[in-house]
Amino acid sequence: MRGWFLPMAVALGFIFLYAPIVSLVVFSFNESRLVTVWGGFSTKWYGELLRDRQILGSAWISLQVAFWSANLAVIVGTLGAFVLTRFGSFAGRLLLTGMITAPLVMPEVITGLSLLLLFVSMELTLGWPAGRGLTTIIIAHTTFCAAFVAVIAQSRLRQMDESLEEAARDLGAGPVRVFFDITLPVIASALVAGWLLAFTLSLDDLVIASFVSGPGASTLPMVIFSKVRLGVSPDVNALATIIIGFVLIAVLIAGWLMRRAARKPL
Amino acid sequence: MDGPAIAADTKPWRDPSANPFISVRGVTKRFGDFTAVSNVDLDIFKGELFCLLGESGCGKSTLLRMLAGFEQPTEGSIRIDGEDMARVPPDRRPTNMMFQSYALFPHMTVEKNVAYGLLREGMKKSDAYAKAAEMLRMVKLEKLARRKPDQLSGGQRQRVALARSLVKRPKLLLLDEPLGALDKKLREETQFELIKIQETLGVTFIVVTHDQDEAMTLATRIGVMKDGIIEQIGEPREIYETPRSRFVADFIGTVNLFEGVVEAAAPDMMRIATPDLGDVMVLPQEGLTRGQTIWGAVRPERFALTRKRPEDMPNAWEGVVEEMGYIGHMSQYRVRLPSGALIRASQSNRLREEAPISWDEKVWISVPPAAFRVLTE
Repeated sequence: MRGWFLPMAVALGFIFLYAPIVSLVVFSFNESRLVTVWGGFSTKWYGELLRDRQILGSAWISLQVAFWSANLAVIVGTLGAFVLTRFGSFAGRLLLTGMITAPLVMPEVITGLSLLLLFVSMELTLGWPAGRGLTTIIIAHTTFCAAFVAVIAQSRLRQMDESLEEAARDLGAGPVRVFFDITLPVIASALVAGWLLAFTLSLDDLVIASFVSGPGASTLPMVIFSKVRLGVSPDVNALATIIIGFVLIAVLIAGWLMRRAARKPL
Repeated sequence: MDGPAIAADTKPWRDPSANPFISVRGVTKRFGDFTAVSNVDLDIFKGELFCLLGESGCGKSTLLRMLAGFEQPTEGSIRIDGEDMARVPPDRRPTNMMFQSYALFPHMTVEKNVAYGLLREGMKKSDAYAKAAEMLRMVKLEKLARRKPDQLSGGQRQRVALARSLVKRPKLLLLDEPLGALDKKLREETQFELIKIQETLGVTFIVVTHDQDEAMTLATRIGVMKDGIIEQIGEPREIYETPRSRFVADFIGTVNLFEGVVEAAAPDMMRIATPDLGDVMVLPQEGLTRGQTIWGAVRPERFALTRKRPEDMPNAWEGVVEEMGYIGHMSQYRVRLPSGALIRASQSNRLREEAPISWDEKVWISVPPAAFRVLTE
């Protein structure tokens, strides 16, 4: 049983997960303009991509949005998780718990639409944010990414031995000091994971961004989606291959950092 | 011998005019409608090693946490060295605590853990690390200063926790089950080390434990707790020899309890009638009236087992050895009386000449009147 079944199961699993990606990478080096016909090896679509201002511009916007909304989501999510796990019971606790996790299950269309309405009415009454663009996408992504970060941080905070925080208080550290000296370092790995998740989710989002973006602030998924509607062009394959490369490198770096942190002698 | 005056020798609690170092007055702690600690009064003196003893859930840890400042009393007051602690947060109290889980900071090395408290005081980094190193030498861990807590054994972690809680030289050290996570042999060694450290530094210790042997070995005095109430406070010997209630008698060591009624009280002797033993002669005690229900408590080692009926013993019964266990330094017996009562007795094995009393033998079991402790609750 063990002889062939397990290796085959693993092989099938990997094929199922990665065959589409591999074929995408292979076809990004396709000479032919037709995506499904192999016309010989070429890197011309990469050159084409580098000349495509629209795609490069939207990729830059997406990275900015993902970076800032991941940062903000980690701050907001961690604070929310800290309040929910450490402050015992207070008025409105149940409401806050529900509200923090709601964006996880809320259909994206509703989140997008409601944020759009909010931004429009805010602009009319407060004059801010002026128009829709980078800022509104960052705010929108922060709201739903913070929910994911809060869930991750909350589970780590629950696991954490609370007497660590008490011990630091006992040794003379004030509450704020304890948070930065003890709580944050102990849950740091969960926050890094949360940041990476938030970054990916933001990079990935199409629906919410479509609702709250304005002229001149199209994210990469928005541009790709509009391109694909007119037929898949091979330079999208090239773009996807580059993104996969980035993700691979990021994952390897993160793994290396975590291993080093675990082994650190001092 | 010119050491500091050790509370274990001076016994300040016997002096009614002595000033307590810690005074707990009428402290009650309620969580919702559950009362964890109920109207506790407690005085602890400088240099004492006081043990709070009780089963889990008896409120001993809550009392400790109130002293450390992690819980606020619902009612009552706590004073440490004359200062009211009501509005003082844990980081401003002259106390340190050693946690049951040790609570070592996992992301810091041993020396950083120990120096943490000193750095928070605003001590210079070099001084703090020098002091931490000195403390680690005291607990014999100087070689492991640069390790992380997860690279240490349980016993080593316990020492780091102790060093960290002592490095600030607190006026009062609170220890929550300090030896609970160690195995038996290590625990016994560590007990005596703990006493030595406590006497060297002269710090007042309050230890919470559920282990009666640990309390008896460590403590200058013991407070036995049950359901949020301190049942009895006393030196280990007092608690063992003159327990105040059936709970205390039963909780500390082994005891035989006999229910009975006061029959007649003469000035020099009192007679009680018990269903188990018949009439028993005990020493008179104040405040008892005829017909009152009482319990007689006798420790197993106070019984004497003989093959012949002992002379001049008012309390002697004939029975059969039902069970016997040889422990080495002593033997334990269970003797069945004709009344059906089972008596737990133990005999030290000092004499080797005579063949020891063994299973199914008919024996006389006797006990002097003074060995009966009469309890009314």
